[in-house]
Amino acid sequence: MESITPSNLFRERSDSRAVGSRRGEWRYRAFSYLVLTICALTMVVPFIWMLSTSFKPEKEILRRNFFPNQATVDNYSEVITETDLPLWYKNSFIVAVFSTISVAFFDSLAGYVFAKYQFPGKRPIFIIFLTSLMVPTEMLIIPWFIMSSNPPIGGSWVDTYWGIAFPGVITASGIFLMRQFMQGVPDELLDAGRIDGVSEFGLYWRVAVPLSLPAIGALCIFNFLGNWNAFIWPLIATSKSEMFTLPVGIQLFSSEAQTPWNLIMTGASLSVVPLLIVVIIFQRYIIEGIALTGLKG
Amino acid sequence: MWTLARRKVVWAYIFLAIPIVFFAYIRIYPALFAFQMSLHDYNPLATEQPYVGLDNYEKLVNELNKRKSPTKAAFQNTANYLLLGVPIQLCLALMIALMLNEIRFMSTFYRIMFFLPFVTSTIAIAWVFRMLYQPRFGLINVMLQLVSLPQQPFLNSPKQALPSVLSLVIWQGMGFAVIIFLAGLKQIPRTYYEAAEVDGASRWHTFRFITLPLLNPTIVFLLVLQTISFLRMFAPVLAMTEQGRGGPLDSTTTVVLRVYREAFTSFDMGYASSLTVVLFAFILIITIIQLRVTARRVN
Repeated sequence: MESITPSNLFRERSDSRAVGSRRGEWRYRAFSYLVLTICALTMVVPFIWMLSTSFKPEKEILRRNFFPNQATVDNYSEVITETDLPLWYKNSFIVAVFSTISVAFFDSLAGYVFAKYQFPGKRPIFIIFLTSLMVPTEMLIIPWFIMSSNPPIGGSWVDTYWGIAFPGVITASGIFLMRQFMQGVPDELLDAGRIDGVSEFGLYWRVAVPLSLPAIGALCIFNFLGNWNAFIWPLIATSKSEMFTLPVGIQLFSSEAQTPWNLIMTGASLSVVPLLIVVIIFQRYIIEGIALTGLKG
Repeated sequence: MWTLARRKVVWAYIFLAIPIVFFAYIRIYPALFAFQMSLHDYNPLATEQPYVGLDNYEKLVNELNKRKSPTKAAFQNTANYLLLGVPIQLCLALMIALMLNEIRFMSTFYRIMFFLPFVTSTIAIAWVFRMLYQPRFGLINVMLQLVSLPQQPFLNSPKQALPSVLSLVIWQGMGFAVIIFLAGLKQIPRTYYEAAEVDGASRWHTFRFITLPLLNPTIVFLLVLQTISFLRMFAPVLAMTEQGRGGPLDSTTTVVLRVYREAFTSFDMGYASSLTVVLFAFILIITIIQLRVTARRVN
């Protein structure tokens, strides 16, 4: 079996026509396209409905038309000016970027150490890191909440960026992934660097990191998406609207009794569409990344 | 003088210092803290958090033995979500992956379509589904009327609410399973298929005796991952039910929703912690089973 690397995972199979000679093949293929098209439509219709409703004036909500008769952008200006949505955007962005940078650095550094260093206690430490994967976030949120209200350093962490981000600044799954990758860094290269007087950190930074950029990239994309969409902890870690992240803001804004559906759909569109665009641009890397982290993890 | 080996050991510890402190303080300690809380009557607003032994667990058992209780409903629903959701999701995903694997024209396009829901915010998309399910003006009821079928209450009916929420979860998580299955399928050597074709094996036989057995590791992996994610279900129920209560009549509530309510609405954090300990136990059992199964395969 060939090894999994980002480049060969989704390379088009050059011999995929080999199976095409089977009898009734075209019928199967036509059937496949039919089923896939129906399924793909099911996947996109909710998004189109969301967008379409976001352009409807309120009086059109109860009508049964799919597309608005009189499209309007009033919903957008209302949501942007009347709610803290721009702030929720900013908060989600800051938290996601901060966690992602931290994860990229610490996970790759720890992964490098586990892959390339021998030291007493290596196995137990690694096992403890991995065991923490089994503890669900849901079990930790209550203790985190108590700890955040009364932390060892400084005042309450509630309603601060650090308070939202701290659980995700280093991840066990990322360390595991990076360790797998860093094992592929040649020891000869590191030893040659040592002879040339490169510092241990320099070896990580100038040899190991450049050689594992694809894996670090996949890790970053995932981590960003995960943090951007994270919900349960930000819901608990924030109490002021100015500090909500996007999902928390959308949930609390939409749950208010008077919120009309067209505004809810506008909020949803604003939170989903920019991400969808980014995802479509980077789709290749993301799909490869899912497969990669999935198979390694 | 320091030898190189000793210098490397020192550097290893320096590099790992922050991660070790992090895992000890942010992951391990809170997990132990949760166990400890579950043995106390832990109300963060009260002045004292008395030790009550296994009282919270006793309460949990009592709740489960009642004919009807929110906790019992939460466990039953979570089991339903899981037992229905995991097989349906994996079968659909496998079917789609098998089809996607054999087409070339527009295959990237389809792949993007399938994984778009997976990367969108659950909360936002749950609200979209909530609107789709609305009586009269919700898209699904509009379409039912177009083809002269009776209107359905969906989220307003204690019977239909759970399948309605489940549909969203399956819809959203399927793309992930499709992509993992595709990656698994690419790993199967082509020669097996060529041999099967030379032998004149039917499509079904090829699937049954080549694809399925060789895909087994992928299936086990997805089974475990999806089971755990169904056990942890929370956000869709919060967003799709009236005031996030898991209604109507507790018909959609989940274990994690109960944890959230008990801990942050009733401030009964001791009882909520005992629920999370049970959740942890389930995840632990599933992981151990996975490790056993995977280990046996290797041997």
